[in-house]
Amino acid sequence: MSEVTEKSDHQPKPGRIVGIIGEFDNVEVLMTAAKKMRDKGFKRWDVYSPFPIHGIDDAMGIKPTILPWIVLGAGVTGFFVGLLLTVVTMSTDTYTPMMPGTEIVGYKFMISGKPFNSLPAWIPVIFEMTILLSAFAAVFGMFLLNRLPMLYNPLFKIDRFVRATDDRFFIGVDSKDSLYKRAETEKLLKDIGASAIEEVVD
Amino acid sequence: MSTISNNTHDSYEKNLSQDPRERAPLVTGGKDFSAVTSTVADLARGWPNIWWWAAFLFSSSLLAMLGGLLGYLFTTGTGIWGNNQPVAWGFPIVNFVFWVGIGHAGTLISAILFLFRQNWRTGINRFAEAMTIFAVMCAAIFPGVHVGRPWLAYWLFPIPNQMDMWPQFRSPLLWDVFAVGTYATVSTLFWLTGMVPDFATLRDRAKNVIAKFAYSVVSIGWTGSSRHWHRFEKAYLILAALATPLVLSVHSVVSFDFAVAQLPGWHTTIFPPYFVAGAIYGGFAMVITLAVPCRKLFGLEDIITWRHIENMSKVMLGTGMIVAYAYGVEFFIAWYGQVPEEQFAFLNRMRGPYWWAFALMIFCNCIGPQILWFRKARMNVWCVMFAAMCVNVGMWFERFVIIVTSLVRDFLPSSWDLFKPTWVDITMFIGSFGLFFTMFLLFLKFLPTCAMAEIKSVMPEAHAHSGPGGEAMDSEGRSDYQPD
Repeated sequence: MSEVTEKSDHQPKPGRIVGIIGEFDNVEVLMTAAKKMRDKGFKRWDVYSPFPIHGIDDAMGIKPTILPWIVLGAGVTGFFVGLLLTVVTMSTDTYTPMMPGTEIVGYKFMISGKPFNSLPAWIPVIFEMTILLSAFAAVFGMFLLNRLPMLYNPLFKIDRFVRATDDRFFIGVDSKDSLYKRAETEKLLKDIGASAIEEVVD
Repeated sequence: MSTISNNTHDSYEKNLSQDPRERAPLVTGGKDFSAVTSTVADLARGWPNIWWWAAFLFSSSLLAMLGGLLGYLFTTGTGIWGNNQPVAWGFPIVNFVFWVGIGHAGTLISAILFLFRQNWRTGINRFAEAMTIFAVMCAAIFPGVHVGRPWLAYWLFPIPNQMDMWPQFRSPLLWDVFAVGTYATVSTLFWLTGMVPDFATLRDRAKNVIAKFAYSVVSIGWTGSSRHWHRFEKAYLILAALATPLVLSVHSVVSFDFAVAQLPGWHTTIFPPYFVAGAIYGGFAMVITLAVPCRKLFGLEDIITWRHIENMSKVMLGTGMIVAYAYGVEFFIAWYGQVPEEQFAFLNRMRGPYWWAFALMIFCNCIGPQILWFRKARMNVWCVMFAAMCVNVGMWFERFVIIVTSLVRDFLPSSWDLFKPTWVDITMFIGSFGLFFTMFLLFLKFLPTCAMAEIKSVMPEAHAHSGPGGEAMDSEGRSDYQPD
């Protein structure tokens, strides 16, 4: 926050310069532009669009996410939680401690002729636990990897950016990118088809 | 408003075009991205129209009635219902299975059609998912209050309690707790996750401070970053893949409540697939029941088009045939199995004291919806609504027939007794519609009714390279077209 702003010659604005965004009118131009940005070697940049664009991952060079592995881990955990919950509580003689100071008795009663350890009867519970934990991992894992929730974002200060959730597309370059140079990046964005350029100031 | 709705006869015809060489538009009326945004966002932003207020007043008074009846039930006890011995279940479980079934179309449209790349789902999926959640809420009430002492309903969950006891995992009723609980949770996650980008759209368009604040919080800072979209789409795909077996499992587990019993008429292995098909049948009927008036009254005709209605009619026709087949198989197996009690149970269904419920079920589920075979009927709003209402009524009576006719006359004639619902039974069921419609109307007013981001992504302009005839191509020039 307290970083000193480098004096920009045209519009002096208070605060830290976060980067620069260029507005694009349609997907076609945006796609070509994204490929050019990728080929130039930019690392800290992003495309903003109102909907997921088919093929933009390749054009930007986004690597596949590790999310599926997180979900797999959670699913396996859910499977064993379900298995333990049913087998231990329904078929053991021992007290099954759950919390310090609390001991819970297993439910060893013969019901409808099922054996104490009747694995087929546990399948619904185990299955539901697997799905439940996987689903939680998929949603919350995704939001954490995306570093959301993050209610403050300097991008929201730009009036033009409102259309990023409507019908316009933006390419944003972070000022921390090693290739970022105010004037050159602005020119590059113009060259690859941006219809408007704006500086993002925090 | 930025668009002029030029919803001519031409665009209807084009939208319904079955010509495989042409990609029929999913959004009609020549709408572009911002027109889609404003159509949906203006609903959440503006003052609701007179229809909304009329419907809201009506449904919220039904909801108030439900509240009063629940108070009466809690203070008096379950004796106010018509439940007796042998029909210890009765209306609460009929209503439970009915409402859980209604909830199926939502996840089916969202998850299964998503996995099958059925792009037409985008217009109605948000709608259907919302319906799922509200239907499951209605469903949850009935077994909850049926236990007699609802303030002890937490005994159903495997949590430490003062009696040092676990719940009974051998009981199908406890499987229900896990299945319906997981289903409600995962459906809600699926629904809320899908809404985050649309909340961001509403946040950026909100006029007053309170709305802006509320949408800002629920959109959790969504910017539409492609790096975010990448993970979002992966998560959505995984959720769909998880929800697909879940939607099939939940009603299968509900059917185990019956199938695991030894009662004639319930002890049937066809129950899981038959219940699932029936649930999808009833669920799609409810989506149609809601979508047909809503698109008209709230100006969503270009987004929920006749093509959607027609496709849903076809799904209804298909699942309806499965249900009719299952009815037939039940009778066949009763005859083929040569168990006298089983044979009696089915003859009793058809000719016993509840013959009228059986006849109504057959008419509403097997005969009425057959008009949808005709394209003219599928294109006619009254015919489609007639078929959907038939299924809504028929599916409730299906559950009534299964539950009541089997229980009233089982193995021993000495234990036979008839079941007669009381006025509380009937008004509580009507009251549950009050809850459902009140929630649904609040959803229509405050939340993004249609999945804007998903609708935009299936519009032709969303693709980088447009081939001849507006057909979208990918970067290698391959066609992206998938018939639906």
